[in-house]
Amino acid sequence: MEILKSQRQTAQKVWDDFENPKKNLVLVGAATCGRAAGALEVIDEFKRELSAAGLGDVEVVETACIGLCYAEPLVEVRAAGVPPILYSNVHAKDVSKIVSEHIKSGKIVKEKAEAVMGDDDFDGIAAFKKHPMVALQKRVVLRNCGVINPSSFEHYLARGGYKGLERSFSMSPEEVIEEMKRSGLRGRGGAGFPTGVKWGFARASKADEKYIICNADEGDPGAFMDRSVLEGDPHSVIEGLMIAGYAIGAQHAYIYVRSEYPLAIERLKTAIRQAEEAGLLKKKLENGFGFEIRIKKGSGAFVCGEETSLMASIEGVRAMPRPKPPFPANSGLFKKPTNINNVETLAAVSSIMRDGADSYAALGSEKSRGTKTFSLAGKISRTGLIEVELGIKLGDIINKIGGGCPDGKKFKAVQTGGPSGGCLTEDHFGLPVDYENLAAVGSIIGSGGMVVMNEDSCMVEVAKYFVNFTENESCGKCVPCRMGTQHVHKILEKITSGEGEMEDIERLKKIAFTMKQSSLCGLGQTAPNPILTTLRYFENEYIAHIKDKKCPALACPKLVHFSVDAEKCTGCTMCERACPTGAITGGLKNPHSINSEKCISCGACFQTCRFGAIVRG
Amino acid sequence: MIGKKYEDILKAYPPRRENLVTAFQDIQEKDGYISENALESAAEYFGISKADAYSVVSFYAQFKFKKPGKHTIKVCKGTACHVRGSGSLLAALEERLGIKEGQTTPDGLVSLERVACLGACALAPAIVVDDKVHARITLAQLDKIVKGLQ
Repeated sequence: MEILKSQRQTAQKVWDDFENPKKNLVLVGAATCGRAAGALEVIDEFKRELSAAGLGDVEVVETACIGLCYAEPLVEVRAAGVPPILYSNVHAKDVSKIVSEHIKSGKIVKEKAEAVMGDDDFDGIAAFKKHPMVALQKRVVLRNCGVINPSSFEHYLARGGYKGLERSFSMSPEEVIEEMKRSGLRGRGGAGFPTGVKWGFARASKADEKYIICNADEGDPGAFMDRSVLEGDPHSVIEGLMIAGYAIGAQHAYIYVRSEYPLAIERLKTAIRQAEEAGLLKKKLENGFGFEIRIKKGSGAFVCGEETSLMASIEGVRAMPRPKPPFPANSGLFKKPTNINNVETLAAVSSIMRDGADSYAALGSEKSRGTKTFSLAGKISRTGLIEVELGIKLGDIINKIGGGCPDGKKFKAVQTGGPSGGCLTEDHFGLPVDYENLAAVGSIIGSGGMVVMNEDSCMVEVAKYFVNFTENESCGKCVPCRMGTQHVHKILEKITSGEGEMEDIERLKKIAFTMKQSSLCGLGQTAPNPILTTLRYFENEYIAHIKDKKCPALACPKLVHFSVDAEKCTGCTMCERACPTGAITGGLKNPHSINSEKCISCGACFQTCRFGAIVRG
Repeated sequence: MIGKKYEDILKAYPPRRENLVTAFQDIQEKDGYISENALESAAEYFGISKADAYSVVSFYAQFKFKKPGKHTIKVCKGTACHVRGSGSLLAALEERLGIKEGQTTPDGLVSLERVACLGACALAPAIVVDDKVHARITLAQLDKIVKGLQ
């Protein structure tokens, strides 16, 4: 595009200066994860130390999430004489050493060095691409996350940004849709519907106005892929939206983003303003394409993940789903043809249109092409954000990338797909992770959340947690979902309290069947999945709760009791301080005791005691 | 009648239905909650009944109808936080503050809430105090934070 020509030249210079800086440069990962771990304090400390050391010209730049969240705060130092080094777990107290040794004297602070941010190892430190969490990854959607300054339009441009849009403009909208179909990209929000086919429906719909919506209402608890993309590479989503708008013939776009993600909203606002200033939005381009993007903040309703609810929410009414047809492609937002794609899908679109469908289609498995991002959380050593080719074995994600369970604990299950998904076990470690294979064992890929549970997690309690979630989030419009979630929750409460009966298992299955068959939208239809998969793979745990009145994982508060072994207790008061309800008394150097009436069996004392004096049974 | 206090916020948006929720978000950002007066003002401005406005705004978890305390502690109820012990953090806060989730201490100092997943799952369990996210929170750190609130 003509308007980007001169901007590209400037951008290239800015990028070159950033990649091979003439002056020293400090990059701090300051996405939500990094900030929660203390990145902003680290930035302040760097600025203070640098100016005190007379190095005020060293620039400190905020980047976003590179995915190694467990090692946050992460800091990359680019200083003359040595290759760029990524430091992990950098806290304010570590800053002065990095400044005085690395930045001032070119000496790497080895005990904090995580990787070399170049192609080769250096001085015994391995290159980033060989890092155990990184080696098996394939970054397409996350190509820029943690690499560029997300607030820099130039960085995005220099890394091939908006070339996908330019290539799309050299084709007809129909050709773009064909290209999308050929790439094999499927909706990454969870349903996995082919993106090109979806666009085709919206294209075929005739109307004077059309809408495209980016669903950034990442509601699955335990999932943060979309947040990371929005915080780390907002322009990739804007470019994807523009390509989609061109393909289906839409003039207006909304990005519907959760209000729980303030940083993502801020970065998006900046990016939209930059795109407007660059002349890409809000006015007609050379080919006559005119497009505008608005941000709509969500207000905390999980059901907005469902497209008709999301549109109702934008229209300013209660976010309740409606039956389909009519499908949004024919009658959607404000009754106009509308297409909805999720954040990751759109970020993939800009990459696919830049590099062509073939290179994307070459990745992944037969029916599930390309890559998928996953967030690893829960009881896993290396928590964080990853992107892998579809078809990778589950065991490789958990053990090789994630490093297995920490503290020598035994892996029990991984929940995929959030409250709509199911749990998988060690028996599935050989299973290729793609849409078909996960569906075959009762779970889904969903939006990409993976929460790992170890031997201390009770699977009946986990099922109860998810059902409690969907019960709270059910919009209440249709009976199977509204009443179904309430009833299964009650039954699970009964079982985890040791009051269950064997008939309850049949009752659960029966209600689950009804909910699946007759709920109005995906929320109710998939809500029973956590129950059905835990019943399928961990029925013995249900039976232990019902028949033996025992929780095998010793996690259900009503079935587990804590006491103090007076002989082992040293009276260190650690448990007394850890107890959330003040149930433990004793005082310094006296054996402690637990008041069973006050005890809520949370296990805090058990985890805190270093002398094995807390008895659990 | 449109309250004077809300005139400026409301007039930033054309009185079309699609702006209703956004206007309420702005009001809550200013006041910390949606008051009776705010509800009436918005209903009048958008030309809808108060019941209609309330039906929309009460649907969404974000909106509060009681004045929150000076500080707000939000405990994440996401899956990762749950399996990493957010339940005992909440229990501890309820005990320390002497209130249940959704309530405010009688002196108006602290409100306690549970919130949907914050997306800081990799550093679970997480809590938000005012606008700052605290990661990998232990009971000992929690006590320090609570004591520091003034």
